[in-house]
Amino acid sequence: MLGWEFPPRQAGGLGTACRGLARGLARNGVEVLFLVPRGEDREEARGVRLRGCDGPGESGGVLRLPVPTPLLPYLDAPPWTIRAAAASRGPHYGPGLFEEVERFTRAASDLAAREEFDLVHGHDWMTFPAAESAARERGAPLVVHFHSCEHDRSGPGADPRICAVEQGGLDAADAAICVSRFAAGRVLGHFHADPRKVRVVHNAAPDVRPRPVRRLSRRRGGPLVLFLGRVTFQKGPGFFLEAARIVARAEPRARFVVAGTGDLLPAMVERAAALGLARRVRFAGFLGPRAVARLLGEATVLAMPSVSEPFGLAAVEAAARGVPVVLSRQSGAAEVLPSSLRADSWDVEDLAGKILSVLHGPALRRRLAEAGRREARRLRWSDQAAAVRDLYEELLR
Amino acid sequence: MSALVLYFQVHQPYRLRRIPFPEVGRGGGIFDDPGNARILRRVAERCYVPATALLLRLVEEGGGRFRFAISVSGTALSQMERWCPAALRGFRALAGTGAVEFLAETSHHSLAFLADPAEFRAQVALHRERVESLLGVRPRTFRNTELAFDSASARAAEEMGFDAMLAEGADHLLGWRSPHAVYRPAGCRRLRLLLRAYRLSDDVAFRFSSRGWEGWPLSAAKFSRWLRGLPGDARVVGLFMDFETLGEHQRAGTGIFEFLGRLPAEAAAGGRFRFRTPAEAAAAEGGDPEPIDAPRPVSWADFERDLSAWLGNPMQAAAHGALYVLGPEVRRAAAAGRPGLLEEWRRLTTSDHFYYMSTKWSADGDVHRYFSPWPSPHDAYLSFLNALEDLALRAGAGAAAAPAGDRAP
Repeated sequence: MLGWEFPPRQAGGLGTACRGLARGLARNGVEVLFLVPRGEDREEARGVRLRGCDGPGESGGVLRLPVPTPLLPYLDAPPWTIRAAAASRGPHYGPGLFEEVERFTRAASDLAAREEFDLVHGHDWMTFPAAESAARERGAPLVVHFHSCEHDRSGPGADPRICAVEQGGLDAADAAICVSRFAAGRVLGHFHADPRKVRVVHNAAPDVRPRPVRRLSRRRGGPLVLFLGRVTFQKGPGFFLEAARIVARAEPRARFVVAGTGDLLPAMVERAAALGLARRVRFAGFLGPRAVARLLGEATVLAMPSVSEPFGLAAVEAAARGVPVVLSRQSGAAEVLPSSLRADSWDVEDLAGKILSVLHGPALRRRLAEAGRREARRLRWSDQAAAVRDLYEELLR
Repeated sequence: MSALVLYFQVHQPYRLRRIPFPEVGRGGGIFDDPGNARILRRVAERCYVPATALLLRLVEEGGGRFRFAISVSGTALSQMERWCPAALRGFRALAGTGAVEFLAETSHHSLAFLADPAEFRAQVALHRERVESLLGVRPRTFRNTELAFDSASARAAEEMGFDAMLAEGADHLLGWRSPHAVYRPAGCRRLRLLLRAYRLSDDVAFRFSSRGWEGWPLSAAKFSRWLRGLPGDARVVGLFMDFETLGEHQRAGTGIFEFLGRLPAEAAAGGRFRFRTPAEAAAAEGGDPEPIDAPRPVSWADFERDLSAWLGNPMQAAAHGALYVLGPEVRRAAAAGRPGLLEEWRRLTTSDHFYYMSTKWSADGDVHRYFSPWPSPHDAYLSFLNALEDLALRAGAGAAAAPAGDRAP
């Protein structure tokens, strides 16, 4: 299995999903060799410690081998530092990214040549060339996993080179996994692919241990509306701010937190100031999983106005923690959270109205919290991984 | 005889600590004390200590003929008191000569005159007290932060008893008028206005070590020739600059100390110029000087010579607005026995914090970057808001107060 991030070092939900799936597969009796670019040393230690595994680099039956390349998934700034140059650069890929992909491909196939495996599974486009080459080397079946595609991430600014890599992965693969029916529709709509190759396996909810969480912010009182995700075109942070303005007028006690970083952060910070929301909207920057858990512990509602969201793990995590979510209709998470409130990404009036209905309706809030918890709990990685294992068996038959 | 009015501004802000979001309100302090101490000691070593020693020698050698003015912001005074008493002794020695006029300004180098007139007056009074107690002299001349000047603040300065005020000799303020004269701010009766000759001042402050500049290298003799080349009716020449020009912005290796060492003799040669402090130059002008009106503030910064470097973008306006909205709450907390909160709040009024948030990435952006401890204006802004939030939480201004107090710029 090839990925490009693994918790706790991650920029988005991808690493979380990869870990969940890898561990789920391990529980289903699949031995997983997980290749990630270098720079993941901290996670190794934590993974080992958390799962009490029997050797270095092993984590819950998942063996992870770091591959020496400085490839990073999103060239987001480190936690809450904003590079002034970010806004002028391309969406979220830095210079030299394609060379990094190439280096990762070479290093990963060298490593793969020395390892035993029956099947190759690559997560998202940056691993596709490496996965394809490893599979070809061994004559093993190839599964490509679309957590998002370039059209989701960058909309009309999609990079044709990346789209070409995604198409190439689809062509070479024996099967393609999409994280939702919505995402599968996007993939089939944007690429040439045999629909029989494309399978849907939803992500599961991250492990949520119901422990008492310390509040993240000290300020009490006033409902908290949360944006949790990368501050990029895909996630629709601008719609969040426009909705926040409407909500703030109707509910003077409401406060807002934007947790995440990305190339649009400087613009969003300026926009919030210009909207007169300087102290109402707080920008928390990138937060680690524990800080996110604490923030969810005090959130009244999570708003996810993504322009195109193949899944939206943050929404499922929020639901699992009993936080009502208002989701964009352009999201895969809506398929697994049928009780959640929906609005079109761009319809800020509707989004604001739904946020307000949660803030002002204690009964609705309770109902949404209960339903969300129930729906999220149904999504278990061991079940989702079992579906993936079935697919593997089908391909290996 | 024309007056040569030399004035140096000494200032250090209390730079903020980077407070991660989860730590806001958890009592870790909002200022970067180790960083501030380090910078102050570095600047003292390069500039304050050697420059005050040189100036003291020049005053003593001149037998009272070399005279000039210094203003030390209250935040700089308290940092020297705390982290480098030797620097403070240097300024005190200069004050003791009687040849150096110390000016008044806002204690915390703030732009309070724009947002809160009562706080403005309180800070000026506070600074006057600090200068009197630490340096032993009572200021007669006022300079506002960043040499900001408008007619309203001039009237306030007159009401507070000052005789003179300094301002930028900005083209858009003067029009056809000469910067080399004494004026009276519109609406004032007694107060006299002295202006900065910005080309000559910046020749020293900014261009001194610039090798691409046609004036380089600049010697005291060459500079004095330029002075003598001014029109015959130039009665006052204001050379106003940062004190940190002497050894910090212009390092010792640039020859700045040699320049300064020769300046008193070279400038006085030929008998046209005599060094005067601002109060002396203002008093020497008889009659009723021409009034000058500034409905909007002018400053000594950037190409625009206005306050756009501090309050020009939405982040700056929002941060400045949010800061002053918190004022009453902090004063209540101070009155209830927590004066430390008011002092912290005042340290947030220091103009530097807003300067760091400037997004003017033009030629002036270089100057902004040189002075900013933050990687970007947005970092500066978010750090400021975190500090403000931290202070608000401690002052007891909870959720109810903050949103209601927020306002659109």
